[in-house]
Amino acid sequence: MSRHLPKRGFRAVIGLFTLVGTVMVTGCASHAPAAPASTGSNAGSAFPVTVVAPGGNTPVTIATEPKRIVSLDASETRILFGVGAGKQVVAVDKDSDYPGAPRTSIDSTNPNVEAIAGDNPDLVITAYDNNNVVSGLQKLKIPVLKVNAPSNISQAYALWSAIGRATGHQSEADTLISKERQEIAAIVAKAPKPAKPLSYYYELDSTYYTATSHTFIGSLLAQFHLTNIGDPADSASAAGYPQLSQEAILKANPDVIFLTDGGNQGGQSAQTVAARPGWGTLTAVQRGDVFVLDNDQASEWGPTIDSLMQGVADDLAKAGK
Amino acid sequence: MSTEPATLRATRLRPIVVATTIVVLLAVMLGSVLLGAIDLGAGRVLGEIVAELTGGRSPLSAREAAILWQLRVPRVVLGGLVGAALAASGAAYQGVFHNPLADPYLLGAAAGAGLAATIVIVTDPNAGAGLAGPVPLAAFAGALGGIGLTWLLGRSTGTSTATLVLAGVAVAAFLTAIQTFLQQQDTDTLQRVYSWTLGGLNTAGWQAVLMSLPYIGVGAIVLCFSGRLLDVLALGDEEAQSLGIRPVRVRIIVIAAASLATAGAVAVSGLIGFVGIVVPHVVRLLFGGSYRVVVPLSLVGGAMFLIAADVVARTALAPAELPIGVVTAFAGGPFFLVVLRTARNRLR
Repeated sequence: MSRHLPKRGFRAVIGLFTLVGTVMVTGCASHAPAAPASTGSNAGSAFPVTVVAPGGNTPVTIATEPKRIVSLDASETRILFGVGAGKQVVAVDKDSDYPGAPRTSIDSTNPNVEAIAGDNPDLVITAYDNNNVVSGLQKLKIPVLKVNAPSNISQAYALWSAIGRATGHQSEADTLISKERQEIAAIVAKAPKPAKPLSYYYELDSTYYTATSHTFIGSLLAQFHLTNIGDPADSASAAGYPQLSQEAILKANPDVIFLTDGGNQGGQSAQTVAARPGWGTLTAVQRGDVFVLDNDQASEWGPTIDSLMQGVADDLAKAGK
Repeated sequence: MSTEPATLRATRLRPIVVATTIVVLLAVMLGSVLLGAIDLGAGRVLGEIVAELTGGRSPLSAREAAILWQLRVPRVVLGGLVGAALAASGAAYQGVFHNPLADPYLLGAAAGAGLAATIVIVTDPNAGAGLAGPVPLAAFAGALGGIGLTWLLGRSTGTSTATLVLAGVAVAAFLTAIQTFLQQQDTDTLQRVYSWTLGGLNTAGWQAVLMSLPYIGVGAIVLCFSGRLLDVLALGDEEAQSLGIRPVRVRIIVIAAASLATAGAVAVSGLIGFVGIVVPHVVRLLFGGSYRVVVPLSLVGGAMFLIAADVVARTALAPAELPIGVVTAFAGGPFFLVVLRTARNRLR
């Protein structure tokens, strides 16, 4: 089971459960293993194309180059603009904060099929199927590309490629991927490599939910030869996002702490972490190696991965000193 | 309106029962201090406690000592306080409303606290879901506000306790609707609201103990002294009046005390279900139906139950946490069915 549950995804899942009035987390969002990015006999950007989102199993046939694209997810919006399909985008959801994107009040946690159809789209891209939005749009004969959150960077690149292909920008997508790949390789190559790998604690919220190495973000951080203190707490039901016991965090004594609940995402900071009972004994706190990550970058899989990696590399350079 | 109580075996706490429950509570507390997500070693923990008392040398490192004294011990104490507050309030509500299904959240405490916490999380982007910041204070005020609204609504439409319960249902539905609306307006904060609602003691520290102790303490003392009044109320309002007791005044005092304790608990631990229903019923089955017995023993029993449940929450998936509500519901759910089966004759 490959499953990525970043904050945004977590929220979407919760939104769904709020609506149906249950908090059972089992049975949701389990995807088939990664499949080839796209199938079909048409090469290049010639239409019609048939695209299968990585990890998905329902091919979508797009008859002509889409001119009115609606994106329901911030990562996908960024990818669309990244591959040069920005001009074809007519509406994005309210959480898509890409500068200049046509933001609307569409809420991907609680989407309304009529409101989306009102934009008269010829392609809708969504990462979540809340409110059965996918089948609702299909009933209206609107092509829907339902993507799955990637669990590693290869899957992310496959997703970028699929979106490039679906929008008639295959070659730009390929260029974007190779550029991103090179930049990340350069960032990782320049990053310090201590003889003993640094351990880190990755905080999702102030009740100590964390992301392990088996998540998308964890797989990115693993490239810096770090060990994740949350890994022993992972289980099938936690699916990469367990809630850690405070005792376990203190015992593990991480060298570095990354916070994604800083600023307007929960107000945590190096100061608030240091003030928690017992946390003053931690190496990361004593050495000042508590870093706030950009929550959007840390929970997305669009072409901002390099910025995230650069930020982490800078933090690690400080921590290594 | 009310029939003669079916079971009023003991009306006074026997010293042997008091002594036994206190010894068992202390044993549960000690056991839960020895157990945790990480193994500090029972002998070393005992050595540390002895060292702390005698000023001797501690076998624990500074960090291990911090884990013990700043995380584990306050968590055990807070678990005891919250469990005691919820169970004693549940027992009191059951007495006031003549309803074995009454729990501390019955009158809108949970919905009020949830709405207030949501408002703070939505409007103050710096507010975390943990204990730091204004969320606990908001939850405390919201719990009392929800109950206050229920009381005003219930009084304006009638005088019976059934009216009050129905008002509680209406208030809870109304406040929950507002909360859901706010959450849907601001889906970025869903996860933080959800974390708070799930509750638990993972963020506990001495600060939380100090924050909740005054309210839980005052509430618990008042409830322990109102056992006799609740016994008289059980005979019916007319009987109570003929014995020189004003039923409405007693209800106000008991509900106020139980609400204060519940609000204190909700503020620091979120919403933890089943403790308030299950524990009073166990006490009733074991020791009889007099509130002079049920309320104080629920207080101690609730502390024991929640401390023990939290040991499971801390250790079952260690180093991961299991939400404590899962543990209390898992233990409480099946038990509840048993209670319902026997309720016909034994419980009122």
